[in-house]
Amino acid sequence: MQYLGVELIKPKAAFFDFSCCEGCQLQIANNENKLLDFISLVEVVNFREILTERNNDYDIAFIEGSITRKDEIDRLKKIREKAKILVAFGTCASFGGINKLKNKFKDIEWVKKEVYGNCPIETNDKVMAVNEVVKVDFYIYGCPVNKSEVEAIVQSIALGREFRYLKHPVCFRCKEKQNICLYEMGKICMGPLTRAGCGARCPSNGNSCIGCRGPAEEPNIEFMKTIMIKNGFTERQIRDKFELFSAFKE
Amino acid sequence: MIFKTIDKKDFNKFLEILIENNSFFAPQKIAKDKNNKPIYDLRLVNDFKEIDFNYDILKYPPRRFFLPYREAISSFEIKNSSWQQNINYETKVPRILLGLHPCDINSLNKLDKVLMLGDYPSPYYTIRRKNTFIIGMDCDPKPFCFCRSVGTHTVQHGCDMFLIDIGDRYFIEIFSNVAFDFLKKVTTKDITKKDDDEYKRIRRLKAEKFTAKIDVTDLTKILDMEFQSDVWKEWGDKCLGCGSCARVCPTCYCYGIEEKIDLKFQQAEKLKILHACTLIDFAEVAGGFNFRPERHIRLKYRYYHKHRGFVEAYEESLCVGCGRCGEACLAGITVPEVISSIRE
Repeated sequence: MQYLGVELIKPKAAFFDFSCCEGCQLQIANNENKLLDFISLVEVVNFREILTERNNDYDIAFIEGSITRKDEIDRLKKIREKAKILVAFGTCASFGGINKLKNKFKDIEWVKKEVYGNCPIETNDKVMAVNEVVKVDFYIYGCPVNKSEVEAIVQSIALGREFRYLKHPVCFRCKEKQNICLYEMGKICMGPLTRAGCGARCPSNGNSCIGCRGPAEEPNIEFMKTIMIKNGFTERQIRDKFELFSAFKE
Repeated sequence: MIFKTIDKKDFNKFLEILIENNSFFAPQKIAKDKNNKPIYDLRLVNDFKEIDFNYDILKYPPRRFFLPYREAISSFEIKNSSWQQNINYETKVPRILLGLHPCDINSLNKLDKVLMLGDYPSPYYTIRRKNTFIIGMDCDPKPFCFCRSVGTHTVQHGCDMFLIDIGDRYFIEIFSNVAFDFLKKVTTKDITKKDDDEYKRIRRLKAEKFTAKIDVTDLTKILDMEFQSDVWKEWGDKCLGCGSCARVCPTCYCYGIEEKIDLKFQQAEKLKILHACTLIDFAEVAGGFNFRPERHIRLKYRYYHKHRGFVEAYEESLCVGCGRCGEACLAGITVPEVISSIRE
């Protein structure tokens, strides 16, 4: 296939899930009206949710989920050796995500007991993002990832052109939708610090931004915390927002 | 200028006629804030009863009706070995906007100078401006309004008619022959000495209500002198770089262009997306170099465009003193405070 006389690149792509809900892969699988167009851009050789066959010959590896077990570390390292490009796919892979809340606890044995009870399983004490184990070439943020952003990224790969993330906060897109600021409605919101690109979906539906896409570039975290306090939110409420996905630096 | 008065019940009749035949936008209650205070904005109305005349200000500026946040300026389609470009300037139906305050009408006059009357007029803007009938309405100054400081508290042109509430009737300033012809459909009255007196009394009262202000005396020169001032750094430490100010500004017109290709690679769109000078990626160019990587410098240039650059080019400020940016800014950066900190 060509576009404006340029032959498109059709890379072989494989999707791998680690510790996660597989919701990010589902965003691709349930995008029914565009799925066929999408899989014409890349040759999908490994994708548990849509494909029975498995093939270990791939150019791009999409890694979903965080790394919580020893066998996952080994598996990830093997994938890294094979893949030309390794993509952290979604918030868990990019930052550790919800799973990483585990790292906040001092007594890890208590956590294991609380979660697994009398059915203990082998799990590491600390949850890691993908880039804590192997080198990551590219990140796709979001819990879950934004379908249209994934499409745009894969399209950039096909065209051999650079994909440029939005670097500014969610507020900018939220105001484009002419929403009323959630602070005006008395709610706490991570929109002023979180990377745009989600279409401000949560605040547009009256829900606070929870920062799933991680920080915008050079976010003004310090002064935003002051503003949150000034708006009457407690230290606890603020910390909950910042820590949920382990995406914001302490 | 032609002045008339119209009884409110006749005015309602007038609105019914307009609503029936046009795409009609008017103030409505759209939400309530945390203190239960209603928030208003322009919305499509089908019945004049939906209009809320108690509105204080419109939450978002009417700029979007002329200069949308995002629009496809052109689309392309590949057909066999050839391709076709489609450009659509047309507006679907004539539009009527009711309830614009003087600041908003003057904001359109400023945009006209750049987008319609300048060296490179925008057909997209011009066609919308020409096809929109504007009914302005007088307002009560709010604590954040400083339009009087920048001379945008009165309307000289830019709308079709302007209404001032004088009790049981409206005092109408008629600006266009379209408005004059429209008004023939209902009963209007010539103004009397009593109406004149009432008009002057209301004008006097309004002038007394302004509390916020900025001092624009020699402001361009003072801004020149204070280009390196540390004050900018202080404001920059507060700025969130979120671009909310530019989103609620009635006069911001800076934009970026993006190309959107469909997944089949058969169609593409050129999208014009309004940008904001306080965003980190505003001045980033191909190759990744950023001309304005620092927050306080971006904020500074925002003020220089509004209060210095535009003044030098057009002999008037690009700021209309509506105060929306200060109200929208979570960090509490307001124009009167920034300007006075620079003057000190």
